[in-house]
Amino acid sequence: MILCLTLILLAQLIGEALARAIDLPVPGPLIGLALLLLFLVLRDRAPRLAPRVLPPALVDGRLEGTGKGLLANLSLMFVPAGAGIIGRLDVLEAHGVALAVIVLVSTLSTLAATALTFVAVSRWLAKAKPGTKPGAAS
Amino acid sequence: MTGDFAVWVYLSRTPLLWLTVTLLAYVIADRIAQATGRHPLANPVLIAIALTAAVLETTGTPYATYFEGAQFVHFLLGPATVALAIPLYEYRATVLRALVPMLAALVVGSVVALSSALLLGRTFGIPRDVIVSLAPKSVTTGVAMGIAQSLGGDPTLAAVIVMLTGMTGGILVTPLMNALRIRDMRARGFAAGLAAHGVGTARAFQVNEVAGAFAGIALGFNAFLTAILAPIAVTFLR
Repeated sequence: MILCLTLILLAQLIGEALARAIDLPVPGPLIGLALLLLFLVLRDRAPRLAPRVLPPALVDGRLEGTGKGLLANLSLMFVPAGAGIIGRLDVLEAHGVALAVIVLVSTLSTLAATALTFVAVSRWLAKAKPGTKPGAAS
Repeated sequence: MTGDFAVWVYLSRTPLLWLTVTLLAYVIADRIAQATGRHPLANPVLIAIALTAAVLETTGTPYATYFEGAQFVHFLLGPATVALAIPLYEYRATVLRALVPMLAALVVGSVVALSSALLLGRTFGIPRDVIVSLAPKSVTTGVAMGIAQSLGGDPTLAAVIVMLTGMTGGILVTPLMNALRIRDMRARGFAAGLAAHGVGTARAFQVNEVAGAFAGIALGFNAFLTAILAPIAVTFLR
């Protein structure tokens, strides 16, 4: 598990370094995500070589287990920042209700527009190219 | 009595107490969420935050003291973001097949998120610096704070609004999608991640792993696209 965490942290570290170095508008962890993805792709491109070169923990599914363990508790990780927000609700006071209405309406419209576009385009594609079922994987 | 007080004074200054409080609040919140059958209103993030904030309030603990313990949990946000690569890779075939709908939904969603915030802000007569802090509200906190600051907004206000947006999206995504009769888990997850960043993604993972994978992609790409679009959109404010 330590080895898997080390790989994840290493990806984040390189990501943070890259984000600083080339001044990307993307945070380091997201670049780390891309790097870990690249690692997984390369690992499975060489199914014979990988188990011989890499430590077993990175090949036998333990890496996947560690990552999924982190993601299963993603909600927990927002608690510290969220508790800080409660103390700063004063910044909202001047605009109170208006800001609440804007956040509500804008978030609902964004959710609806995104999902409806996704569904509409995938249906349209399925119609244009018969034989592929829309949402087959869902 | 003074002895008890000395123990409290000692404990309240150690990271151990506040780390434990954070985990305990989450465990209780998660239990409540489970008991309601993961009802969208019983959002574990919201309940855990409310419980933690209540403890801080009643004990008069400054946030800085609390954060010394809670930082260990907060730190895990970075590695968890990196770990989004794992479900993304696992469902790569599904993801690649949905590339066109995803790109279309990304552009539409990102534009709607930005323009609705700007237009509503103007309608309500909100001052420009506040509108600018409102613009990146669907984006993950770190990026949103950066965008708000570079446009002349207030990063703290941006962070508060981002968190509120996350909560709103995390709670409303399921009832809204049901009302719209959208059953495609890819679309539901993608919308949650785009509109409500990590909090929406956390909700998506609770519902379905495919939804979670798509939420993660939306979170990443929307951060990137909003960073590009927000400065352009704000020029229309004048």
